[in-house]
Amino acid sequence: MRAIHYASMTILNETQQDAAREDDGKYLVELEHVEKHYGNLHVLRDINLKVKKGEVLVIVGPSGSGKSTMCRTINRLETIDSGVIRIDGQPLPQEGKALAQLRAEVGMVFQSFNLFANKTILENVTLAPIKVRHMDKTQAEREAMDLLARVGVDSQANKMPSQLSGGQQQRVAIARALAMHPKVMLFDEPTSALDPEMVNEVLDVMVELAHEGMTMLCVTHEMGFARKAADKIIFMADGQILERGTPDEFFEHPQTARAQEFLSKILTH
Amino acid sequence: MDGFLSLFQSYNVPAAFLVNLELTFWSAIFSAILGIILVVMRISPISSMRRVAAGYVELFKNMPLTIIMVFMVLGVFAQLKISFSDNFDTNFFWLAVVGLSLYTAAFVCESLRSGINTVPLGQAEAARAMGLNFMQSATLIIMPQALRGSVAPLGNTLIALLKNSTVAAAASVATETSSLMSEMIEFRPDVIVQIFLIFAFGYVILIIPIGVLTTYLSNKLAVRR
Ligand SMILES: Nc1ncnc2c1ncn2[C@@H]1O[C@H](COP(=O)(O)OP(=O)(O)OP(=O)(O)O)[C@@H](O)[C@H]1O
Ligand SMILES: [Mg+2]
Repeated sequence: MRAIHYASMTILNETQQDAAREDDGKYLVELEHVEKHYGNLHVLRDINLKVKKGEVLVIVGPSGSGKSTMCRTINRLETIDSGVIRIDGQPLPQEGKALAQLRAEVGMVFQSFNLFANKTILENVTLAPIKVRHMDKTQAEREAMDLLARVGVDSQANKMPSQLSGGQQQRVAIARALAMHPKVMLFDEPTSALDPEMVNEVLDVMVELAHEGMTMLCVTHEMGFARKAADKIIFMADGQILERGTPDEFFEHPQTARAQEFLSKILTH
Repeated sequence: MDGFLSLFQSYNVPAAFLVNLELTFWSAIFSAILGIILVVMRISPISSMRRVAAGYVELFKNMPLTIIMVFMVLGVFAQLKISFSDNFDTNFFWLAVVGLSLYTAAFVCESLRSGINTVPLGQAEAARAMGLNFMQSATLIIMPQALRGSVAPLGNTLIALLKNSTVAAAASVATETSSLMSEMIEFRPDVIVQIFLIFAFGYVILIIPIGVLTTYLSNKLAVRR
């Protein structure tokens, strides 16, 4: 944790930050008329969404509203019935090499961390750069150690995932995703499985990333994070996007009864 | 005691056990290779592959081994004229190995699959999400973790294979233990109990180390979560 509190330490390096800032205004993620069913359950109804480069989008909504499903369709861990999803202007490939290539450019952080249990922390971070990007091992390790230092877990590099706390594991998972130099990062409730005292160490890393210009889609119930880091908030219920706006608009003036009810439940806690 | 001594003097019991060990050794190797191919097909994203593998496993799992062995001799050799060697013994030995391997591969596949079922889905999802392809996810992430959960059922499969190697008699492998036992019973009906004890204990002695090894590997390969 210490590492990212120093003003001089950043998670992304200079060129990555510049790349993230240049041509702001271009849409990196676009969903148009996306529909999905699980059997009779209509989980995604006419989802339309555009996320600009460098934008941080927070997705909130009650349980079962389709937030995870939407997140997962963006790197095609779930297929869609109809509609179009584009990453950086390119429609999602169906499968094969092109899809793997695209997934490499979309970082994903899961609720349950999903670090590879048979690999050390360092190997977790270097695996995909070596196998997918064909980076040489020493360079991959150098970059990995750098990233691990930036999220504050470099001293754990040679341990196995099970030896780390949840908060540490999740920070490694973020480093692992960043090692691929993704264009966009997806977070699906990254702090929900953590003990309360570990939530902030992960959120701090995410806030830092957001400030450094990373394009992010975050499903989260952490309203403090949403206020601090989000450019836009969307509210989902029953597979639909019911509201979209800035954090101020959403928290101060929710338009729909569903959103008002949701906020009153979540904010009184 | 005299009974045992005279039996060992007139029959080469260790040589017969060696034949069963050789049958087991080669069948273990070939069934492991085929079993790994089958399980990869079974978890592959291509549905036709999954169906072929599932069909194979159902077929061979449910077919009596004796029938497969008899088919190897009467069907594959006598009818289809497929032969491994001009030497009869060598030929029947390899026909038996093929039959045992085809049969055991179905069980190897099932053992590996039960190990794969112990690996949380999130591991494969994380691998896919990072851009690893199916083969990379399978060989680098899933299989190494699945092995641990597979050790016990694979050990049982190996034990079953060793015992099943006696069915090679049905494929005319006349030098292995059950053939020798029939022969001994025929000529030495006076010491039937001793004959029985020799073979029973012989197999127990061979099988105990497999169990010990399985337990050792299970602990050594443990994946902590
Ligand atoms: N693989 C699946 N098969 C069938 N139904 C599913 C599947 N995955 C999710 N669902 C259902 O789809 C709906 C939306 O699920 P989803 O996980 O996207 O919701 P969510 O908004 O992320 O909820 P939570 O806040 O609980 O994580 C739920 O009703 C869920 O039960
Ligand atoms: Mg969810």
